[in-house]
Amino acid sequence: MSAPHDDATAALHAQIEEDFSGYGDNVASATRVTPGHALRPEDIALQDAPPSEEIARYALWLGDDSLILAQRLSWWISRAPEMEEDIALGNVALDLLGHARSFLSYAAKAWGKTEDDLAYWREDTEFTSVHLVEQPNGGFGETIARQLFFGLYLELLYTRLERSADPTIAAISAKALKEVTYHVDHASQWVLRLGDGTAASHERMQHALDVMWPYVDELFIDEPLHEQLVADGVAVLPGSLRQDWLSRVTAVIEEATLALPSTKFAMTGGRRGLHTEHLGYLLAEMQVLARKHPGAQW
Amino acid sequence: MVTSQTQASLEEIAATVHDPEIPVLTIQDLGILRGVRREGDEVVVTITPTYSGCPAMDTIADDLRIAFQDAGYPGARVELTLSPAWTTDWMSQEGKDKLAAYGIAPPAPRREGDRLRLSLAVKCPRCHSLDTRELSHFGSTSCKALYQCNACHEPFDFFKAL
Repeated sequence: MSAPHDDATAALHAQIEEDFSGYGDNVASATRVTPGHALRPEDIALQDAPPSEEIARYALWLGDDSLILAQRLSWWISRAPEMEEDIALGNVALDLLGHARSFLSYAAKAWGKTEDDLAYWREDTEFTSVHLVEQPNGGFGETIARQLFFGLYLELLYTRLERSADPTIAAISAKALKEVTYHVDHASQWVLRLGDGTAASHERMQHALDVMWPYVDELFIDEPLHEQLVADGVAVLPGSLRQDWLSRVTAVIEEATLALPSTKFAMTGGRRGLHTEHLGYLLAEMQVLARKHPGAQW
Repeated sequence: MVTSQTQASLEEIAATVHDPEIPVLTIQDLGILRGVRREGDEVVVTITPTYSGCPAMDTIADDLRIAFQDAGYPGARVELTLSPAWTTDWMSQEGKDKLAAYGIAPPAPRREGDRLRLSLAVKCPRCHSLDTRELSHFGSTSCKALYQCNACHEPFDFFKAL
């Protein structure tokens, strides 16, 4: 390009910059789909005071669980047994991604980072999600079993976190609770339909529950960080949700004429960055675009 | 000093913005417009998302900035509030009437702690029959479920009560 042309271009750019100065920073997030200033999680980053190191770590745990499950579930789009389920699982994934974006944006603020830094530029050992959410989708039954187990856990968790002493965590949880309640309803209805369906669907649903069961124990392990934050009224002790969870899950499983699994619990360690081999492949797919084309937007 | 005249016109400007996915509704009809105020020379609009992952929010924020720019208020700021969480009870009656006329069954009023809200009869927006069934819990956008009328057989969207 010639020099005079450059001047004209520069002037045009300056004019555009000025005209759109109210549109905010448009390069911070690779996840936004419109060229303007994206809303929601970025605004959490802008508006709310940064959390303490401990609260940030807790928000990271909450966000990682939802992010990894959202990525898992979105695989079903175009692959579910019927089109309505493509849409349903896609919708559930979108809700979970929304929760993850809010929690990660809030956590990121403590470390001078963005949600995208946390989602795209951490290695597998830096992710703090539980093993349940990284489990392969399996058949439709396995995915539904995981939705029942994890959805009920989230519903009980957010019901309590709605009253967290941390106003940002309380607000995200109150919003998320409404959506998660609906997810549980969806999963419960499928467990009933498959469990109380044909002999074949009954057998496969039972198998799906058995396969996912080893990973439920980790949901209810109290870590030192929980205990520390419970004292401030910020967090919930996951162990305190276990009985309610068990009675809710038992009610659905029994109504579906299925049996509560007796498979043993698996090794855990997600909160400390110890994962099954499945997480690496999931992250490779989730992160490849951002890493191959840093700062890419569309 | 903001006069009530100015305040009313600011609200009118914000109310011209429509939901990109349900264009028959303005953001005021939908109940996601939570407030407009002036801070010095700056206009600040507060909105709340319908669903956490709703991608329409980005477009709505852009449309608000453009609407204010066109009305002579450049650089309007759009703020998000998550709390109190949005509920379909904030949708105006006018909004519900517009939805029905558009072919989407409007949400029924919900009561706190009402777990059975999903089983309430949904009226077909086409023939007004109450003999309808849910085809899918989820629909083309986060805020809708898919129904079918047993009387006229027409499938239709239902705006979920949240």
